[in-house]
Amino acid sequence: MLAVEADRIWKYFGDYPALRGASLEVEKGSCLALLGRNGAGKTTMLRILANLSRPTKGEIKTHVGKGGIGYLGHGIGVYDDLSAMENLLLFGELMGVTDPKQAAVEALERVGLTRVKDGLAREFSRGMRQRLAVARAFLHRPEILLLDEPFTSLDDRAIAVLQSLLKDALNSGATIVMSTHQIREAMELATHVALLERGKIAHTGPQTPEMLLDPGWLYRTYGEAG
Amino acid sequence: MPHGLATAFAIARKDLRTELRTKESINASASFALVILVLFSFAFNLERDEFYAISGGLLWLVYSFAGALIVNRSFSRELPNDCLDVLVASPAPGWAIFLGKAMAAFVLLTIVEAISLPIFGLFYNIHWMDSAGPLVIIILLATWGITIVGAAFSAVIVNVRLRELMLPVLLYPILIPLLIAAMGSTTALLSGEPLTGDNFSYVRQLIGFDAMYTALALYMIEFILVM
Amino acid sequence: MREKAIWILGLLGALTMIYNLHTVFLNLPDEAMQGAVYRIIFVHVPAAMNADLFYTIALISSILFLVKKNFIYDSIAVSCVEVATMLILVNLVTGSIWGKSQWGIWWAWDLRMTTQLMCFLLYLGYLVVRPAITEATQRATMSAFIAIFAYADIPLVLMAIRLPNVRTQHPGPVLETGQMAPMFLPPFGIGILALFLIASALVLVRLHQETSQREIDSLRRELHAI
Repeated sequence: MLAVEADRIWKYFGDYPALRGASLEVEKGSCLALLGRNGAGKTTMLRILANLSRPTKGEIKTHVGKGGIGYLGHGIGVYDDLSAMENLLLFGELMGVTDPKQAAVEALERVGLTRVKDGLAREFSRGMRQRLAVARAFLHRPEILLLDEPFTSLDDRAIAVLQSLLKDALNSGATIVMSTHQIREAMELATHVALLERGKIAHTGPQTPEMLLDPGWLYRTYGEAG
Repeated sequence: MPHGLATAFAIARKDLRTELRTKESINASASFALVILVLFSFAFNLERDEFYAISGGLLWLVYSFAGALIVNRSFSRELPNDCLDVLVASPAPGWAIFLGKAMAAFVLLTIVEAISLPIFGLFYNIHWMDSAGPLVIIILLATWGITIVGAAFSAVIVNVRLRELMLPVLLYPILIPLLIAAMGSTTALLSGEPLTGDNFSYVRQLIGFDAMYTALALYMIEFILVM
Repeated sequence: MREKAIWILGLLGALTMIYNLHTVFLNLPDEAMQGAVYRIIFVHVPAAMNADLFYTIALISSILFLVKKNFIYDSIAVSCVEVATMLILVNLVTGSIWGKSQWGIWWAWDLRMTTQLMCFLLYLGYLVVRPAITEATQRATMSAFIAIFAYADIPLVLMAIRLPNVRTQHPGPVLETGQMAPMFLPPFGIGILALFLIASALVLVRLHQETSQREIDSLRRELHAI
């Protein structure tokens, strides 16, 4: 059963075709690593999946409503002038969580920010801000998680927290689409991979041992030369 | 309370909370209002009584300039950390996000106006207390018009270059019918006239403007938020 | 084919205009009170009427763009707004000249002139903001939004300048008195037609320019995609 499907997506920004007929089928409960060089279209695809951008052509098919999607983009998506608790309460309410206070408390606990729950986000260290962002994305226990290069610039503690949360999410039946450069961290969690090359899907399929052992293998085998 | 409206209030509360913590736009806006009030006192060399004739015009020039500063921040405050993305991706309807921000801008602008009014009365020796009741109604009606249209344009140009320059060019022409009514009614009130008879047409104009643009903005904002 | 249509329209418009001006200057008598300068009405008013027509077409086109997402509607809208704004300028300048000869001042806040000035300002925003947006879809969407907001203001402007104590209410100049002697009606009607033909030709020229630009953009896109 498919959690989400992207059907021949084209996206133009002015002259520039960021996505050229890219199609993806994401099985429910799987973790898809979306790989590709800079400018391949990973962020564009994720934003379209997250309802932040309309495709120029093609459509997204999913049974999951906006309240079931958790998005973690490049920006951390939390307000600097609100406390960690206030941030999560707000987003809990926006995402339609039944008991925002409870969910916020649990989320803070999970990412290890309970001690600083009343501190303003602007006062946090970088790693703490990242963990708060992760708390926000997982707050409403989303069925589909869309993460754009989540492991980039995380400190070790944040990486550990994120990996743990992702594993828990997968165990609960959630679906993950994660774009990444850090192939190793992604490959540990991924069940499937898709390679985006200049707006097109060059390869998609289950993760194989070759990919896990040698991250560059995928690019060499399916990617364009140079 | 219907979900959308609750969301709007949540977002309005959030905007107000963050603004009242930093006071960035209130400070800038109130300071600007004060400077203009002082500046205008040098612009005209009128007798005390003559000031009443320009009182409405003066006050609303100050309020609309202060207002532009406030509404400009409405959507631009969502840019750091890509918070706007999170709002738009959430189940919160576009109109609710927009309405919440317009309401917050409304409150912030009324705060600045409340600060400026006594100063205005002081500098120009205008006795506004006598007509305080109707005056407040006019101020609230006109301020809503400024903030609803201002917030709409704030959303439109949030990602455009030279945003601070573009907003006045877009906003002020649209506001002219509103400001004409606000200025006229304020001058009438401060000169001791009531809002009845001919003067009631000002109120009708303000209500008409507010109703039209509130409906139009709420309906059209979806086109702007996801492109 | 389209080029030919533009040429024919333009020529037709120019000829009609020349014929009309000939009639107006040579065949019509001087007016009792205003002398020779009243003839300016045969350009002044048609300019305003045509401007209103083209602003209305721009409005419809903007709405159509938002509904159908076809860029041709955006091109039609911008072409019409530009030509209409130019016509307003003609209206304002001719009105100013007329006013100077009638009252000795270049600008008096009469009801109709003020309305036209407001329209000019409203669409000035449209024309100023457009170049600042580089991405085509964003630009078209935002322009459509601005055009609709601007048009919605017009009835409000008409009401506002008739409010008590507004400057335009001061007893004073109204450039046109409303009634027109029967002998003036044909040249007046032809004047409207002449300007309509010329303006249409200009709109088509601008439209041609816009569609060519989009064709270049799409060719550039295909080049990028190779």
